[in-house]
Amino acid sequence: MADFGYSLVKSGKTDLDTAGNALARSVSEAEPGFNLCIACGCCVATCSAGRFTNFGFRELIHRIKRGEEKLMIAEAEKCMLCGKCTLVCPRNINTRNIVLLIRKHAIIKGL
Amino acid sequence: MDKTVAVVGGGVAGLAAAAALNQLGYRVLLYEKEAFTGGNVRNWDRLFPKARNAREVVDELASSLTGLTEIATGTFVNSVKSTDGLFEIESSGRPAYADAVLLTTGFELFDARKKEEYGYGIFENVITSADLEKMFASSGKPLMADGSEPKKVAFIHCVGSRDEKVNKPYCSKVCCVTAVKQAVEVREALPECEVYNFYMDLRMFGTGYEQLYKEAQVKGVNFIRGRLSEANETRTHQVMIKAEDTLVSRPLQITVDLVVLMVGMSPAGSTMTILKSLGLLGNEDGFAGIANAHTGSTLTLKKGVFVAGACSGPANITDSVNEARAAALRIHQYLGGV
Amino acid sequence: MKQEGKRSIWNDYQKEIADDKFYYVRSCIRQNFFPGSETAFLKILREVLEKDVFDDRHHTTCTGIGYHAEVVPLETTMTVVGRNFALMKEAGYQNYVPSCVTSFGIYTEILDSWHHFPEVEARARENLDKATGRTFEIPGNLAHTSDIIFKFRNEIAAKAKYMLVNKTTGKPLRVVDHIGCHYAKMFPQKGIGGAEYPYVLAGMVEAWGGEVIDYPERRHCCGFGFRQYLVKANRGYSISCSKKKFESMEPEKPDFIIANCPGCAYFLDRWQYALAEMEGKTYGEDGHGIPSLTYEEVAGLVLGFDPWELGLQLHQVPVESLLKKMGVAYDPESKFRGANGEDLGQPESPLNLKFYE
Repeated sequence: MADFGYSLVKSGKTDLDTAGNALARSVSEAEPGFNLCIACGCCVATCSAGRFTNFGFRELIHRIKRGEEKLMIAEAEKCMLCGKCTLVCPRNINTRNIVLLIRKHAIIKGL
Repeated sequence: MDKTVAVVGGGVAGLAAAAALNQLGYRVLLYEKEAFTGGNVRNWDRLFPKARNAREVVDELASSLTGLTEIATGTFVNSVKSTDGLFEIESSGRPAYADAVLLTTGFELFDARKKEEYGYGIFENVITSADLEKMFASSGKPLMADGSEPKKVAFIHCVGSRDEKVNKPYCSKVCCVTAVKQAVEVREALPECEVYNFYMDLRMFGTGYEQLYKEAQVKGVNFIRGRLSEANETRTHQVMIKAEDTLVSRPLQITVDLVVLMVGMSPAGSTMTILKSLGLLGNEDGFAGIANAHTGSTLTLKKGVFVAGACSGPANITDSVNEARAAALRIHQYLGGV
Repeated sequence: MKQEGKRSIWNDYQKEIADDKFYYVRSCIRQNFFPGSETAFLKILREVLEKDVFDDRHHTTCTGIGYHAEVVPLETTMTVVGRNFALMKEAGYQNYVPSCVTSFGIYTEILDSWHHFPEVEARARENLDKATGRTFEIPGNLAHTSDIIFKFRNEIAAKAKYMLVNKTTGKPLRVVDHIGCHYAKMFPQKGIGGAEYPYVLAGMVEAWGGEVIDYPERRHCCGFGFRQYLVKANRGYSISCSKKKFESMEPEKPDFIIANCPGCAYFLDRWQYALAEMEGKTYGEDGHGIPSLTYEEVAGLVLGFDPWELGLQLHQVPVESLLKKMGVAYDPESKFRGANGEDLGQPESPLNLKFYE
């Protein structure tokens, strides 16, 4: 194919018509708290792993809901499972279980 | 006692005020421009936060009126003139006099066609929250223009609220919780239907509202924090919508079967007409001006002229009814009853 | 789509368009892109509609390209615009008609700025006076050339030789209308039909027998954008925008695209070639592209002008499919012959986009 010295730009847009939702479904079925986030950011503010990496639980679950499954499975590996986010969550979401369920899904699906 | 109060507007505030004034012994002339009392609430199916039937609320308020209230339905008040503490009501009916005037002119729903980019009145499957209530009342579920059940529904918050582009800079207060209520109702009526709520903030201020929001989350309603930039119709009459998903800082698009625009509250046209005839002003949003926000929300700057309910700004039924009853007491005070 | 809803919005956005005595201002780039278009505009107005159009050889660019590329400061742009207005006054005209949508946007924006900030207008007057000794008057009427053709669309229809109808099937041709961003997106009330559902081209298509088709990315920019195409590395952004539109309109099977902006008509034509060569993908029927025309070219075809006199041989996406559908008589042999009959040679055929039958 021709090379004119520029290339097509891949859209950075989230397209919910084509986004995958298998991970979000399997996690929310096993842990309904997955749907209860109100995006307050407490989890990120207290996160131990987030002090050293750009890991953040709030973004993790929102991006899973938007279909970024592969990237977020890798991202979930950064969690150290300390549980501080569970302590501060105003919706009392079982955050650790969600991270474990993400890893479980990845193993089962071989991702 | 043989004193008369003119109440302009037969919605929930007008009905509640008239009933309270009757109990205090006053004659009430209740003006309603439509053929029936009940105002906007009459057109609603079920109410937040506990899905109470809207008609039941209107009926309860109407049934507490006594023989001291004369209802003039289908009667439009053009102006009110005051001379020596007596108010002359000029309406499409016969002229009348009153010792005090209470404005309960309420609100009109924002005309969604003004947000041209959302395509209301142009795209087949873009409706308003009021249209959806009619569907709930008639068929118990949302339906697409061709009569089929939608598989994906998007609720768009703040249509005609918090938007200076359409000269509506204020928050209409009740649309957030209405959207959440309707989202839950859609999930209940059509469990397979995916629901997306596009919001900027979720203002769940009332008792039971936050719990309703959580119920919606539990029932699988998807919340996306971002305002719609535009909607477009696809060749299959679906609607493709675009927004920023602000929580992940990225543009987002989705094609849905039905878009529900959460239309806000605009001042009723008659409010300003009547205020002007009395030499009174509206507030910066075009609603009725009040004496002060904390202790004078039912008073205007003119003695003998009172306001209650959504005519002075967006309000839910609870606040409208409470304000109406508070106004009745203020009127009682003014007419020397206390 | 509820047509009555659209029509009600169209009614909200009417604008006054002068009837005659136009001061015509050319586009910087159209003469190179689609050289027949401006000539066709003048011919339609002068010969078909018998209007007075003054084509002033002394006027200059509005500086729009430089302004949007941030190499010309706004104050300079205002002074140059002031000079063009001064030339119109000297020529005895009042109705300013720019042929370029970017220019139309520049003029609209500057007139609006001057209206709200008279001191800015005063400074532009002072600058112009210092530089040239000229003074200007605010135009009595400002309309884009597409507004003018829109205004006379029914007169053109009355003299039509061919309609936008498929001669074989008798059905209206399916047309994608594309409006330049600066036509109404900045000042919706200055465009016919407003910014969301513009009517300027749709009105022409309807009057000439075609059917306007809607598609989800209808409002999206063609991607032209001065910063995008001026810098080669940025052209990927430009072509990606066009691609988004083609992908979105493709299922509608449009017979052609009509545009009112020099950049849009050009890029919606040329990027189809680039996409075909880069990705092997074409958007028209059977390896062809979707012809992309200016409104004057379409008006010219409707009026029976010779396609090659209209400069249609300069399109990258060949227009013969459209000519055949409309039943336009044309001589394939003279496609690449100059006005004097001289053989100009034939362009090389692209690899993936069908150019010759």
